[in-house]
Amino acid sequence: MGRVAVWWWAAPAVLLVLGMHYGGIAAGSIYAFTDWRGIGPFKFVGLDNFINIFRNPKASQALWNTLLLAGGFLVLTNVIGMAFAVALNRQLKSRHLLRTLLFMPVVLSPLAVSYIWKFIFQPQGPLNDLLRAVGLEDQTRAWLGDPSSAIWTILIVMVWQHIGLTMVLYLAGLANVPMELEEASAVDGAGAWRRFFHIVLPLLRPTIVVASTLILVQGLRVFDQVQAMTAGGPFNATETLSTLVYKETFVSGRYGYGAALSLLLTVLIAVFAVLQIVLLRGKKEEN
Amino acid sequence: MNRYDKKTLAREGLVVLAALLLMLPFYFLVNTALKSDVDALNTSAMALPPQLSMEGIEAAWSGSPTRNIPAGVLNSIIITGGSLLTLIAFGSIAAYTITRIPGRITGLLYGMFVLGIILPFQLGMVPIYVVMRNFGLVGTHLGMILLYSGLLMPLSVFLYTGFTKALPREYEEAAQMDGSTPFQTFRRIVFPLLSPATGTVAILCGMIIWNDFFTSLIFLSGSQNAPLPVVVYGFVGEQVSKWNVIFGAVILSMIPILAFYLVAQKKFIQGFAGGIKS
Repeated sequence: MGRVAVWWWAAPAVLLVLGMHYGGIAAGSIYAFTDWRGIGPFKFVGLDNFINIFRNPKASQALWNTLLLAGGFLVLTNVIGMAFAVALNRQLKSRHLLRTLLFMPVVLSPLAVSYIWKFIFQPQGPLNDLLRAVGLEDQTRAWLGDPSSAIWTILIVMVWQHIGLTMVLYLAGLANVPMELEEASAVDGAGAWRRFFHIVLPLLRPTIVVASTLILVQGLRVFDQVQAMTAGGPFNATETLSTLVYKETFVSGRYGYGAALSLLLTVLIAVFAVLQIVLLRGKKEEN
Repeated sequence: MNRYDKKTLAREGLVVLAALLLMLPFYFLVNTALKSDVDALNTSAMALPPQLSMEGIEAAWSGSPTRNIPAGVLNSIIITGGSLLTLIAFGSIAAYTITRIPGRITGLLYGMFVLGIILPFQLGMVPIYVVMRNFGLVGTHLGMILLYSGLLMPLSVFLYTGFTKALPREYEEAAQMDGSTPFQTFRRIVFPLLSPATGTVAILCGMIIWNDFFTSLIFLSGSQNAPLPVVVYGFVGEQVSKWNVIFGAVILSMIPILAFYLVAQKKFIQGFAGGIKS
């Protein structure tokens, strides 16, 4: 048989990826070690940018907030999504409708979703209305303006929007759990909880790894929700690595410092991505 | 164990209740958007509008001198559409080439694409911004199309490769015997066979581009070519607590993607469940 493809057919895609992805990342890694301000000459400053990150309380706070949000996002989105998937998996008459409804927030822009929740958390908004209605007047507060609650409002918005995503992933995973296996153990007298922890959960492990990585990487990059709801305030209480990168680089023009922050974020994400590959590979070799 | 008994009914009731509670934010959204300026300020969020009013939605539709929502929709369509055309055309043919020419180089290229899915793009934004500024591409549709095509090409090639690997060669051989050139064979025979992958690429990449805020804020803020998220962000910033107007803008910005979702919700859900898992 003759040739069916010519090698240069792949060239446009390869060039686009090399230019926009690898070229950008390589150049960005170099900027991270300079004092460049966007225009004019620059000099290499070694690790100064990174030392500044760890000395600067604002940047340390952003790093801590990012890890807190990503961790909370990881746990809550997976647990709640899995709970809905298990509840919806079989039998329920309304399962198709509920699946469509619960997945709907996933397709919306995080920015638009954040505005809805910003309204809910307003001092005169529905959340405080509800608290007053049930007699918890003393619990009302300016949720977004209070440094102790602001970060949790961001987390709630992130989790709320992505429950449908993990639910759909776990529904696909559950479809691979053979019903006979569950029935057999039910006949053996295993209760619903036992069946879930001893039969269903181990079989869901590959899905858990994929869903966790996806959610964690998204969580580490959190930007839209913060920008829309609090813009990093009050007093940096909701500042994240991505919002700080945006401010330092594109608002203040500290390109070198911003690139160093980005590099830190990139390394964080890369570590977790590699961890997923290792976990998945380990699973494959076991089988 | 699969009978629909009282326990199942109780479970169904509980799940429906939980789902309705979760959907409550949409009630606030629609309810408030349909209130008049006065009612939006003076009635509680739970209370239905005393009088249905389009004031908020109309104010959002006419926008402000610098923030025009219909223009934002148009920009979003141009940028998303242009990027998808590039991602589908170049992604499908690259995946096909990589599968049909086995060897160390194409293996290396495939690895480069897959790694590109995982690598975050934030780090590259600064240098790319600087290079694009020098070429006058910042703030243009073309610049954004090139950028998104590069950033999402790894995902596109990866999704297409899942299909090209399973493609039998018989069709291509038959077409060649009929005197079809390699490119004709690809265009007329192979590409149509890849249409399930094209659907997944269009949905996943299309959604990511349509909803992207971070990149478009950096490259297009203040430009008249700004897409929907940037326009809405700017517009909302100008409205101080006029929630019926803000929610009017939010609803308008949601309509296009929601319409798509409701028409093709099975494909959306499959695209996510299958595309991410593989």
